[in-house]
Amino acid sequence: MVQKFEKFKDVMGEINKTGVAIYKNPVGTEDLVVLSPYRINYIHSYAQDSKFFMALSEGKLLGSVCKNCKHKYGTPRSHCMECGSETKWFELPLEGKVHSWTTCYFGGEEFLKETPFNLVLVEFPGVDTLFLARLMQAKNEEVYVGMKVKAEFRKEPRYLVSDVYFVPAK
Amino acid sequence: MRNQRKVYAISGGVTKFAKAHPEMDFRLMVKKAFDYAMNDVPNLETKDIESSRISYFSDHFTRQLKAASMVQDFLGLNPKDSRRIEWGGATGGQCIQAAWETIASGRNDVCLAAGFETMSRVETWKGNEFIALASDTNFDYPVGGFYTGYYALMVQRHIYEYIRKARFANVKDEKEAQRLANKEAMRIMALVSVKNHINALHNPYAQYPMKVTVDDVLKSEMIAYPLNRQNICTMSDGAAVMVLASEDVAFKYTDKPILIKGVGCGTDTMRLADRPHGEVPLFEWEKKTDYSGLKYPGVHSFRAGRTAALEAYKHAGIKDPIKELSFIELHDAYASSEIQTYEDLGLCKYGEGYSFVEKGHPFLENIDYGLKLPTKGTIPVNPSGGLIACGHPVGATGIMQGVFAMWQLQGRIKKHFGDGALQIKNAKRGLIHSHAGTGSSVTVSILEAV
Repeated sequence: MVQKFEKFKDVMGEINKTGVAIYKNPVGTEDLVVLSPYRINYIHSYAQDSKFFMALSEGKLLGSVCKNCKHKYGTPRSHCMECGSETKWFELPLEGKVHSWTTCYFGGEEFLKETPFNLVLVEFPGVDTLFLARLMQAKNEEVYVGMKVKAEFRKEPRYLVSDVYFVPAK
Repeated sequence: MRNQRKVYAISGGVTKFAKAHPEMDFRLMVKKAFDYAMNDVPNLETKDIESSRISYFSDHFTRQLKAASMVQDFLGLNPKDSRRIEWGGATGGQCIQAAWETIASGRNDVCLAAGFETMSRVETWKGNEFIALASDTNFDYPVGGFYTGYYALMVQRHIYEYIRKARFANVKDEKEAQRLANKEAMRIMALVSVKNHINALHNPYAQYPMKVTVDDVLKSEMIAYPLNRQNICTMSDGAAVMVLASEDVAFKYTDKPILIKGVGCGTDTMRLADRPHGEVPLFEWEKKTDYSGLKYPGVHSFRAGRTAALEAYKHAGIKDPIKELSFIELHDAYASSEIQTYEDLGLCKYGEGYSFVEKGHPFLENIDYGLKLPTKGTIPVNPSGGLIACGHPVGATGIMQGVFAMWQLQGRIKKHFGDGALQIKNAKRGLIHSHAGTGSSVTVSILEAV
């Protein structure tokens, strides 16, 4: 017998246990609700961005610079957004400044267990665009625009952009 | 833009936006909104509709590909021309413009713009994850995967540019100055939240009408600093439709067609980190010297919004938006975006968005907000309650704005809301603004009473 519930919260609880429940909807209907799982493993190539992710495992942060107009990217792009030309790799300095920041107290499901965490957009001297990263080892009330930060790298790379994170610099 | 035919909005319908509608799937939701629209123009029959543009944002939420085809099917519109429109948060605004193009080009005389989203099909935090997949999944998503976080990054820089520098220039300690600036900004953003929630008390379609105070907003949970819970829209289930028609047939179906006088559209980089630091594209009434030393857009402003407004104003012949527009329905997914958008749309200069709210300009004149506001009603913004109070079923949202704007211009808010409090007297021209992906995609459309 499928259980019936008047509260949708209870429907959710039931389908998480048994996979099925009936919602006695206040509009007068009885809605059959089932749990419908969905999990996918993608085969994801970093393609033209691969070198950036390989460099992270060697403790290097790579940007790119346009071969034609010299626009310098703090987050690499294989082709220049200003003139369309190909870019070449260059090594970014490991120190920069906070251009903007936030502390997230909630997040997407995947990162919920890591909250609260700080996000920062980092600016590097002489580089035209920014880099998004986590700022570790700093509480909300310690972070500010212009704060000096430095890059650190995970010892065991996961080959994700989060292999690099920033911490306050002296 | 040349050789276009005039295009009119002739009818619309909206389902009440709700956290969940387990009694209706996406097809039935659209059908309800569609039937409402058809009942409003009895001379129009389904056979008169020549094509449809159907919008929803995320296949992850539907877990049903070709959902637009299923809507077409359910509405009984087969075998006519149809296509799906997807443009992130601006999906609905883009859908209206796609339908506009179909008629402006002369291809059809009557086209349906229909949109929906069913976000209740996953729990909120999974929903946040889906939305965050609309950011660069190599460089942005793995760092935090949270759109509120992205908008918090943007407003933090906006506060630094415009409040820290302008209002706390004499505070020597940089950290202290920034804290004071943030506090000031949070108080001002709360005014937007109060306005939109209280407006929605008179809108039966809204998901979260609420009598709130600045204190209530400030006390609501911190989600991503400095954005509190009540400064952020929610996920919703809902649908909305609008019927568009050419000048040749519009007056056959309604005595009050609303002219779509101008359309504009703009874009920017998907990654916030890539945004340029250049010069402001100016409106005619702005000068280069207004923005000396300002690096634009950076992450503080939406260049896509400014670009869309420039195009739409030019198209509609608007030279002074404050005087020529009667109201605006804009994409306030965050109270911060509403303030940033005043500036993009040229309601005030860049940097003046905060004082624009404090002075009361975007509030409705006849509504009591429990606030002291020196100049209410200059240009009501989000009289419907906006996304913050109406909810944001993505694919329906921009169309909902269009329908509310149409009813305003027809003078029929009371008829459709059962309450005339939000009716703007002698509304002549309205602007709708749809926005996506940290400002990567924006549409602006201008509607006019004829």
